[in-house]
Amino acid sequence: MSYIALVDCNNFYVSCERLFNPKLCNRPVVVLSNNDGCIVARSNEAKKLGIPMGAPLFMYRELIENENVAICSSNYTLYGDISGRIHKTLSTFSDKIESYSIDEAFLESSDLTCFQGIRKTILQNIGIPVSVGVANTKTLAKIATDYAKMESSGFYLLTDLNLLKKVKIEDVWGIGSRTSRTLAGFGIRTAWDFSMKQDLWIKKILGVVGLRIAHELKGFSCLSLEEVRGKKKSIVRSRSFGYPIGEITEIYEALSSYVSKASEELRQENSLATYLQVFLVMGIHDYLTSAHIHLNPPTNYTPKLITTAKDALKTLYKPGVKYKKVGVFLGGLVDASAIQLDLFSKESSIKQTQALKVMDKLNERYGGGTLRFLAEGIEQSWQHKRDKRSPNYTTNWNEILTIKI
Amino acid sequence: MQDKVDLQVLTKNKLELPLFQSTIQAGFPSPAEDYIEKNLDLNELIVKNPSSTFFVRVEGHSMCDASINCGDILVIDRSIKATNGKIIVALLNGEFTVKRFVKTSEGCYLEPANKSFSIIKIPENSDFQVWGVVTYVLHRTC
Repeated sequence: MSYIALVDCNNFYVSCERLFNPKLCNRPVVVLSNNDGCIVARSNEAKKLGIPMGAPLFMYRELIENENVAICSSNYTLYGDISGRIHKTLSTFSDKIESYSIDEAFLESSDLTCFQGIRKTILQNIGIPVSVGVANTKTLAKIATDYAKMESSGFYLLTDLNLLKKVKIEDVWGIGSRTSRTLAGFGIRTAWDFSMKQDLWIKKILGVVGLRIAHELKGFSCLSLEEVRGKKKSIVRSRSFGYPIGEITEIYEALSSYVSKASEELRQENSLATYLQVFLVMGIHDYLTSAHIHLNPPTNYTPKLITTAKDALKTLYKPGVKYKKVGVFLGGLVDASAIQLDLFSKESSIKQTQALKVMDKLNERYGGGTLRFLAEGIEQSWQHKRDKRSPNYTTNWNEILTIKI
Repeated sequence: MQDKVDLQVLTKNKLELPLFQSTIQAGFPSPAEDYIEKNLDLNELIVKNPSSTFFVRVEGHSMCDASINCGDILVIDRSIKATNGKIIVALLNGEFTVKRFVKTSEGCYLEPANKSFSIIKIPENSDFQVWGVVTYVLHRTC
């Protein structure tokens, strides 16, 4: 008998902030998106105040001030580091593990007892509270975790499938709001209702994907743990500007820095891009225009990608317009080692690779952005605001916690 | 190894031949060959469990008799159990502190290592938490 556990951190971003700033523990807390525009995480107290996920900050400013809600800008460097520690620790509980997201992981084991120590160990070793839901399938484990969050033990083993009568169909993993509306039209409102339908009917209405979900709800595992993440097929990099920008030079700067970061990622994956697309967003309705260029030969050489991106931008940019966002999309990624280089360009590309290797290593050691291409700009006034970002307590010696003793 | 060679090539600006770091084979093996071990790594010594290890800096003098001085960096391991006599990072009423943890039949205390500071009794049902156990102290001398 194989069991699947879903380990899910409770209010992950908030928990990370509270770990190093205990004064946040007695207040409601919200964490803001890049640009401090929207609320992307809430503590339980903030949820109780009625602040919804994804809410724009300005809409809840008054409530936040009146209820003494603490505001934190997102600190993904910190969250990523803490997440890494959690995933590493989880891998000691079972060698069958899938890191599903920054704060969730699936584990598989035939021994139920191995899941029971997880919450205590993560809370002690890393200081982050987690909930553990266990069942025979991934889809059921997801439901079990929702129940685990309501238990004081933070643990829930789902064995009685009658529980599915109380689970709304839209809360089932893999069933979105549109699908659940379709199913409601057929009188299906709970996970139980859905699991009881005939296979042929499900396949007709929702295809094989829907059938898999139904089988998983009945306790038959169809989704195995994905142990190795395949190489990325595309890389996108973009951010909204701190304020709408009309000057092409500033947009160039932002675009160059996004291209630079994206190419770093490309090299980390040991991939080359065959396709580059630049897009611009403007207006109240977020109107998007884009231009694409094929890259021949495929490349991950930053200067070439920056030049190509700038060329694409030139065809899109209209003077007099204020833009909200620019971004770059690198697609058609191929394995760098599989590509045969042109005989004549061989020497220069080796030098290019070496120069970039040194640059990447220095940026890794001294912090991202230590070495930048001039095209990325020096002042970078278009950078998004992150006024209330906590220090990088675990990745920067200058920002570690200081305790007065 | 490879990257080290590349850096030298770029900064030297003269010969583009890579420098060999290891001994060149010249016919007979080095007598040390079978005994070569890797270099000393500080991480191996002081970070036993990277996932549960954190670093903090301290300011203040309440622990100087325990060789923890103002400006020192502490290595903290949260996976170690706080037992009587261990120096810990604690949270008392929402504030961080570093003291020696003392557990007797009369109760729990946070003991400073400086005669100018007084011992703190941890009241029953108080807002007290062990944050982690201090395993090493890094003190800079020059």
